[in-house]
Amino acid sequence: MLTDLELKFKSIEYRKTILRIIRQARAGHTGGDLSSIDILNVLYNHVLKVSPATFTDPNRDRYVQSKGHCVEALYTVLADRGFFPPAELDTLCKYQSHWIGHPTRSVPGIEHNTGALGHGLAVAVGMALAARLDRRSYRVYTLLGDGELDEGSNWEASLAAAHYNLDNLIVIIDRNGLQITGSTEMVNPLEPLEDKFRAFGYTVRGVDGNDTQALVEIFNQVPFETGKPNLVLAHTIKGKGVSFIENSLKWHHRVPTDEEFDLARHELDQALAQLDGRLYGIGTG
Amino acid sequence: MELGRANIDVFAETLLEIARQDRDVLVVTSDSRGSAKLTHYCEILPDQVVEIGIAEQNVIGISAGLASAGKKVFVASPACFITARGFEQIKNDVAYSDQPVKIIGISAGVSYGALGTTHHSLHDFAALRAVHNMIIIAPADNFETREAIKAAYNTTHPLYVRLGKAPQPHVHAEGSSFTIGKAAQIQNGRDLTFIACGETVSIAVAAAHQLAADGVTSRVLSMHTIKPLDDEAVRKAAQETRAIITVEEHSVYGGLGEACAALLMQQGASLPFKIVGFPDEYLVSGSQMEIFNHYGISPNGLAETARQLFLSR
Repeated sequence: MLTDLELKFKSIEYRKTILRIIRQARAGHTGGDLSSIDILNVLYNHVLKVSPATFTDPNRDRYVQSKGHCVEALYTVLADRGFFPPAELDTLCKYQSHWIGHPTRSVPGIEHNTGALGHGLAVAVGMALAARLDRRSYRVYTLLGDGELDEGSNWEASLAAAHYNLDNLIVIIDRNGLQITGSTEMVNPLEPLEDKFRAFGYTVRGVDGNDTQALVEIFNQVPFETGKPNLVLAHTIKGKGVSFIENSLKWHHRVPTDEEFDLARHELDQALAQLDGRLYGIGTG
Repeated sequence: MELGRANIDVFAETLLEIARQDRDVLVVTSDSRGSAKLTHYCEILPDQVVEIGIAEQNVIGISAGLASAGKKVFVASPACFITARGFEQIKNDVAYSDQPVKIIGISAGVSYGALGTTHHSLHDFAALRAVHNMIIIAPADNFETREAIKAAYNTTHPLYVRLGKAPQPHVHAEGSSFTIGKAAQIQNGRDLTFIACGETVSIAVAAAHQLAADGVTSRVLSMHTIKPLDDEAVRKAAQETRAIITVEEHSVYGGLGEACAALLMQQGASLPFKIVGFPDEYLVSGSQMEIFNHYGISPNGLAETARQLFLSR
């Protein structure tokens, strides 16, 4: 099990990889990748009972990324976990590559093809229901964007999750507050979001979705309540980790220029150096 | 032709037989167990039913998740809703993700008759034909229905079966065979081929009998599999008979007829050819049979279409 400091190291390294592969591919969803990467880091390095060796085991935990457009974050973590050689990341969006701009099962480690929003939750409900029917103990995790909650299919699936008492289902909302046009509250308001999810039958826990320690603690509490589906409202910052990308609408799917890339890498290297200091007890603490 | 039962009844009975032998079989319904004739199944095997309610997107999405975890899933839901409301889920979560969900579109075509356009499915062949990795089957009679459901159970890929609800004449003789993707020849003839599917096959057979009295002999093919189309059977019909009439309970756009036409055109075939189905309009109101008669999907109507086809040359 990784220490929190090690998880934080990984988060920064992952951010560097994400920016590198997006720049190389000239495509990617930078903002959402950076808001969700800490969640993916904690899931794959701490929470999910799945590995390349157990990926076909019927008892493995499942992860469905409903916000499929943030696939660069997922590919980065899967490569680090050994599901495929990291060199494959360099083929992102290239001619004849399987590593395209949304997840597909052609890529080792991907459970389900996603990309159209509002699909992942129902599929995850089906997987969690199958565990119930087969008396298996695996859990099903799914990550949704907040803008994605405009899709009514999520609320249909939520009705079923509560009806079937799926406390083996963990729904994570990447609540970064922005969608492509503007803030979620300007485009089609979601608040009071916690109340809505509670009314639909979830047990809801809010968390800083960019704080690996807080995420670990929240996921350790699953199931939050017996017989009720779990909802983690992960408050995140879109573009988290790079000052000029954070909370900036234009970075939804902007590709960094060479200059921006160098600046971002410099910021991330500085963050790594700070962590190094903490690791060896010589930093600012 | 002796009148049999409704194909939907045969579906429910066949699925119950299969599910009794295999606990992984599940039926997923959208508040539709009554219309799908599954009430008895649900009483006998309550643990092999998943009720989702009136939420077709969710029905398909959840079914994909169940199938990915190894369950053998049959969705039973009205064709008009499941193939329209659930279309994106069929495209992405079932077909693209290759989850072997078996979608049974019930009360298909104009089975709902005077309930109107909202309840008709004149689009399902067209929509699903354009989706890669989707088998489309429209059984003609009780035999084809039973065999299609058994074949669906044994298929490890997505599949759509379209069923009506009216009792159907037996068009198959005993000892017939059924293979997905292979047309069934109901009768042979030299002059004309009817290529029909679903509940129009028995009507084509009746039309062929009428034409026989005029000395015109007809081949009748039950093209129960719309996709993948039996190319060879269509080609042979064009080579061995002098004209082709396709018949379907579907829009003339994008269905069986256009599939055959596209194939023949690209093969360089040239022969009298007519697509019988529903024109691009809101259909006349009435029962299924009245709507069929109105648009010439009747023994008289098809026989007249055949005569016109020969006269036009």
